[in-house]
Amino acid sequence: MAHAGTLAIRGLNKQYEVKGEALHVLQDIHLTIEPGEFVSIVGSSGCGKSTLLRLVIGLEGDYQGEILLNGQRIVGTSLNRGIVFQEHRLFPWLTVEKNVALGLLNSSLTEGQQRATVREHIALVGLQGFETAYPHQLSGGMKQRVAIARALVNRPDILLLDEPFGALDAMTRAHLQQELHRIWQQEGITMILVTHDVEEAVFLGDRVVVMEPRPGRIRRTVPVGLPHPRERTSHAFTAIKDSVLREFAGHPAADLAEPPLKRGEQLAPAAQWQFAV
Amino acid sequence: MSSVNVQRNLFHKVPPRLRGWVLPGLILAVWWGVVASGASDSPLLVSPLAVWQRGVGQVTSGELWVALSASLWRMAWGFGIGSSVGLAVGALLGWSRWAERLVGPTFHTLKQISLFAWIPMLSMWFGLGDAAKVAFIAMAAFFPVVLNTLEGLRSVPREYLEVARVYEFSVWQTLRRVVAPAAAPSLFTGIQLSLIYSWLAALGAEYLLASGKGIGNTLIDGREHFWMDLVLFGVVVVGLVGFALNALLAALEKRLLAWRDRTIARY
Repeated sequence: MAHAGTLAIRGLNKQYEVKGEALHVLQDIHLTIEPGEFVSIVGSSGCGKSTLLRLVIGLEGDYQGEILLNGQRIVGTSLNRGIVFQEHRLFPWLTVEKNVALGLLNSSLTEGQQRATVREHIALVGLQGFETAYPHQLSGGMKQRVAIARALVNRPDILLLDEPFGALDAMTRAHLQQELHRIWQQEGITMILVTHDVEEAVFLGDRVVVMEPRPGRIRRTVPVGLPHPRERTSHAFTAIKDSVLREFAGHPAADLAEPPLKRGEQLAPAAQWQFAV
Repeated sequence: MSSVNVQRNLFHKVPPRLRGWVLPGLILAVWWGVVASGASDSPLLVSPLAVWQRGVGQVTSGELWVALSASLWRMAWGFGIGSSVGLAVGALLGWSRWAERLVGPTFHTLKQISLFAWIPMLSMWFGLGDAAKVAFIAMAAFFPVVLNTLEGLRSVPREYLEVARVYEFSVWQTLRRVVAPAAAPSLFTGIQLSLIYSWLAALGAEYLLASGKGIGNTLIDGREHFWMDLVLFGVVVVGLVGFALNALLAALEKRLLAWRDRTIARY
């Protein structure tokens, strides 16, 4: 089952041109992620963490440096890289089943295999019985589960998660974090999670990569090294959380307490950059 | 106690489904009453019975079918031509920035011109026959379809197009699976407006290019002979056709766009 991928990012630089001036969104990023590893990336808005994810998925291009998956330079999007966005991005005119199946539109599976895979993945995210429901009939947490099923249905080597639980309430978020952990263990797939939430990052990650803005770069990588299941209130957990939070010292606390609003996905990334604290 | 309460109680005795008929019923009753009381003997005031009898006469003699089918036939041609050309132009403008820069300004200028201003030109080109009428109807059908198709294509969320890219959809797959359904509500609005405009234009064309048969010509006939009952009958038929077209489209929309929850219109 496990066909987890190794992701290697070497000397990655990305800049936008704004009014003739170059803005460094990402500067000299080096990061290697082992097969089956779970890496969390935290940082305040404007540190380029979402741009990093968009480069890895292939929705953005035009960078310097190398992004390699299993030793191959990535070009554009590919079915062996999956992504879950902050907004569920399900198609409202399709049922749960058909939304998930749409991920397989260009897969090489036979129709029978496709049906079976769709069923398996709906079960994986715990939504049996909701196959024929439409997105508007589901809660926010359920929609995000469907989005996870759709992202996994192609059995990608790596799953990217761009603040997937940012718009959910605290209870749902905690529950889905546990679910995501279970899915990661079950599937043995490589995952990268971008988040604002330090607790989420520590709860799920094997490592927490702390990024800082202007220009976006990696400040430090904190290994977590706690056994699962992790107890959020335990001394060891809080100690790691504090050490991650200390990396933000010198930055206003407001950086970390951003409301789980939709970040300006619609804004040009450069605009996001400009207004970052 | 108050008269408002009495009225409310009376109104509530009418089953909800029939409440829409209360006002037409009252008007008919008052009309009937005025005619029956003999308060006026003006030829402008004919009895509802006379209108009914005229209607029966028109139906049994077959005159109604000749007129109505001529009007509907022209409308169907005009609507078919106007809306399909409109769909193509709208899709082109919505799909290609280049086309919009090239064609957009001309289109947006032309649409400011009142449709009726085209009538003299159309009659010089096509005469007063069916060709001119169909051309006029096609123009009426054209503009709402272009505008709403353009609007629909523009409103397809960029987020959905990114999903299509992530799953490696081809251009055709993206059009069929993402763009078309996302733009469908808007496309449908365009078609709906276009059909209603076609019907209005079908009548307008018969008035302004008065020759041949049609329900508009029936109305003109009634006016020229001072047959108030025929005029009123014609008005009722025109209204019923419009009503039927709307009901047809509403039923179609309900089927095709069932996914759109009534309250949640976001997509």
